[in-house]
Amino acid sequence: MTSARAVPAVRFSEVHKSFAARGKETKALNGVSFAAESGSVTGLVGPDGAGKTTLMRLAAGLLAPDRGEIHVLEMNATGDALAVQAALGYMPQRFGLYEDLTVQENLDLYADLQGVPADQREGSYRELMRMTGLGEFTARLAGRLSGGMKQKLGLACTLVRSPRALILDEPTVGVDPVSRRELWAIIDRLVRDEGLTVLLSTAYLDEAERCSRVVLLHEGEVLGEGSPDSFSSQLRGRTYRLQSGEPGRQVQSRLQGRAEVTDVVVAGGQVRLVLESGSDPRGLREEGVFQPVPPRFEDSFVALLRERRGAPSLPDMQQHTIEVRGDDAVITVRDLTRRFGDFYAVKGLSFSVHRGEVFGLLGANGAGKSTTFRMLCGLLPPSGGTLRVAGVDLRHAAAEARARIGYMSQKFSLYGILSVEQNLDFFARSYGLRRKRRDERIRWALEQFELEALRGSSSDDLSLGHKQRLAMACALMHEPDILFLDEPTSGVDPLARREFWLRINALAEANVTVMVTTHFMEEAEYCDRLAIMAAGEILELGTPDEIKGSVAPQGREPSLEEAFIALIEHQDTER
Amino acid sequence: MRLRGLMRKEFLQIVRDPSSISIAFVMPVFLLLLFGYGVSLDAEEVPIAVVMEAFGGEAVSFAAEFRHSRYFDAREYVDMREAVTALRAREVDGIIRMQADFAERIGSPGPAPIQLILNGVDANTAELVSGYVQGSWLNWLQHRAEQAGQQLDIPVEVEQRIWFNPEVRSRNFLVPGLVAIIMTLIGALLTALVMAREWERGTMEALLVTPVSMTEILLGKLIPYFILGTGGMLLSVAMAVWLFEVPLRGSFGVLFAAASLFLLVALGMGLLISITARTQFVAGQVAILTTFLPAFILSGFIFDINSMPWFIEGLTYAIAARYFVAILQSVFLAGDIWSVIVPNALALMGMAVLFLGLSRSRSRKRLE
Repeated sequence: MTSARAVPAVRFSEVHKSFAARGKETKALNGVSFAAESGSVTGLVGPDGAGKTTLMRLAAGLLAPDRGEIHVLEMNATGDALAVQAALGYMPQRFGLYEDLTVQENLDLYADLQGVPADQREGSYRELMRMTGLGEFTARLAGRLSGGMKQKLGLACTLVRSPRALILDEPTVGVDPVSRRELWAIIDRLVRDEGLTVLLSTAYLDEAERCSRVVLLHEGEVLGEGSPDSFSSQLRGRTYRLQSGEPGRQVQSRLQGRAEVTDVVVAGGQVRLVLESGSDPRGLREEGVFQPVPPRFEDSFVALLRERRGAPSLPDMQQHTIEVRGDDAVITVRDLTRRFGDFYAVKGLSFSVHRGEVFGLLGANGAGKSTTFRMLCGLLPPSGGTLRVAGVDLRHAAAEARARIGYMSQKFSLYGILSVEQNLDFFARSYGLRRKRRDERIRWALEQFELEALRGSSSDDLSLGHKQRLAMACALMHEPDILFLDEPTSGVDPLARREFWLRINALAEANVTVMVTTHFMEEAEYCDRLAIMAAGEILELGTPDEIKGSVAPQGREPSLEEAFIALIEHQDTER
Repeated sequence: MRLRGLMRKEFLQIVRDPSSISIAFVMPVFLLLLFGYGVSLDAEEVPIAVVMEAFGGEAVSFAAEFRHSRYFDAREYVDMREAVTALRAREVDGIIRMQADFAERIGSPGPAPIQLILNGVDANTAELVSGYVQGSWLNWLQHRAEQAGQQLDIPVEVEQRIWFNPEVRSRNFLVPGLVAIIMTLIGALLTALVMAREWERGTMEALLVTPVSMTEILLGKLIPYFILGTGGMLLSVAMAVWLFEVPLRGSFGVLFAAASLFLLVALGMGLLISITARTQFVAGQVAILTTFLPAFILSGFIFDINSMPWFIEGLTYAIAARYFVAILQSVFLAGDIWSVIVPNALALMGMAVLFLGLSRSRSRKRLE
């Protein structure tokens, strides 16, 4: 396939695209140029709102650029949209499946639409079913498939008539790690055996390392382009793991502002550091033992963002320390079960969370995390088991418990047309805060979350990172003992995520108990303890290090993701 | 092959999605039963108080006239105050009062007064009751004159014939009109909803990047919902003729052709709505406001267009259902009256071309 590599399969030159909504123009892409080589996987990596989906739709001829040129397979994607579409396989974010149709009917539909001759279908279907492992589910409705299976069916539908290039928009979002790994195996094989060109987007930074080329997109601009190695090699010699006697969170807060530190994150109770180029770890000798570790793609993203924006402002949250009263276990759950019909969303969960602990629930979409959360917040009655939150049995005194918990939901639950200040005021009132106290808390929130300058803007107009801050502030208006965060950082850029976690740390230091759900493996590393969930059950519970240790006690340290996969596979073999 | 694939998909979705079935079949049956049995614009067995302050043969025979009428449910009172109380309590809709000197005055020259009090809250019923009372009064006079061997001497006599719907059954014109409403539901509302669903679920995006042309996508919606709409029409006609015994005096062929034409208009409106409304919520709202409600109120289905103020009457010319309702009512009740059918069918044809043409030219294989 060397000859094909000469001409890039997808080429963007100086592409601009903006959208007008409610009289305001938003720039989605601002002079984007890049090339995706034939016969390889090019990854578009970036947080939500970076312009990834717009870019993919432009490549598929679904949108026309304001300026610039787009060539796909040597055709003009704007002028020859039909010809490009006939040669492409495109999978939109929600896989484009008809949920009322069975697996087979979905395949038939796309084979009809793609004009696959009847005599070629059987062979093609057989091959696709073998590849995706969906063979025994052909009669099942697509809506009844798990997230991972839907994703594979979506892929199969784009492959019914061997396309020359494949465009996949966030194919792995919210899917469990096992399915994620399987999808990557399929993609790798298609590229290796059939020389297919693949352009895919992802918000998971660890997936960048699996692409042969990466285009890093941020706020509509290309931050960097090249092989994953070319990104991380710039940071060679700058990444360390620091072993210290102190808890990781305290070390992190202390090192965060230092001039020689580019990035510091908690990893399994200790910290992982990226130093500024030219800095020597010996300058920080007094902190503990520095152990060099290989750089990751995320490190280079953070370094690039810092180069552009300068050092981020670091939150230094002031928070009243909550006085310890009564029992240390703030949340106690025994045999918690929730059934919907004959389906167990949550099955026999038992765990307890201590005061001031950051406890994570890690799992794919559909693992039962949100159901568990709703029961803990008293929004959903359990079908069985006991549940004590803030020392109160939720079955009997849900209202009393609710006054002591704060909840921030996945979609932030803000009132879009209200201003920042009005949102804060509304939530303060709904928690029954009196005038004086309310004014005090609003002042506190505007100050501590650095929203002063935005107090009059309506929350719809805020950036994702600011929305997240405001939502968290709203959940804290009544100074809860316990804070529930449902997928708080999905889609935000790594700097916003770090800032968010620094706030969480400050809260935890002030004895606030924090419970988080996430499907980001890296994020799970920031928790003190976590429970890995799959199909409504806890597979493993412990500190991140304990969980990694439980799967591979010997040799190299696995990542949390590898641990997760090993646990799921272990459970499957037991059945 | 592509069109066939799209159509097969659409039928499978219709069959599996309970909301499509309920809009296409359950709602029509519900509406038909409601309008066929429940809603009636006729007044029958109107409760009425007959106050007999007078006694004697004349008064009793006059009261009997009401007692035996199928239009009234007469209740006799002796005291006027009791009757007024009953009227206030809405137990009766009117009072007929024969004063104590009724028998006396009827025997002597000069008119003998009867007092009629009506509850005007429901103006429609009051109007009807007033007419019926006068009819009964006239009837009684005639009987009385015949018994006396005399000819009742009225200078002008009305020989009344009601054509096309001699029994004046409101069901006879409501049920045919319903066909237009039901087809609007399926053609415009359901089509707009299912298109919006494709946008919402992201399947439209996947369709657009296949080699399918926009015409095929539109036809892939148009044909299945045309068939579904025809099914709804057949169901309504069958129920109208066999269950509600509405006469079908014109030919079924004309009815079918007109219905097909109207269905095309409705589908065109549905597709046009779906071009701008990409969520089911918005599509549903827009379709109800711009197609369903006008078809209900402004088509002449219930409310007579001629008695509307001129500007609203002008507005009805923009409502496709008005043309179809006109055709429906004449085909069912009068027959194939070409002078009604042709102009209305031409109007429908023009609207079908307009809406379908607009939806084709306004839809692009783009997301913007």
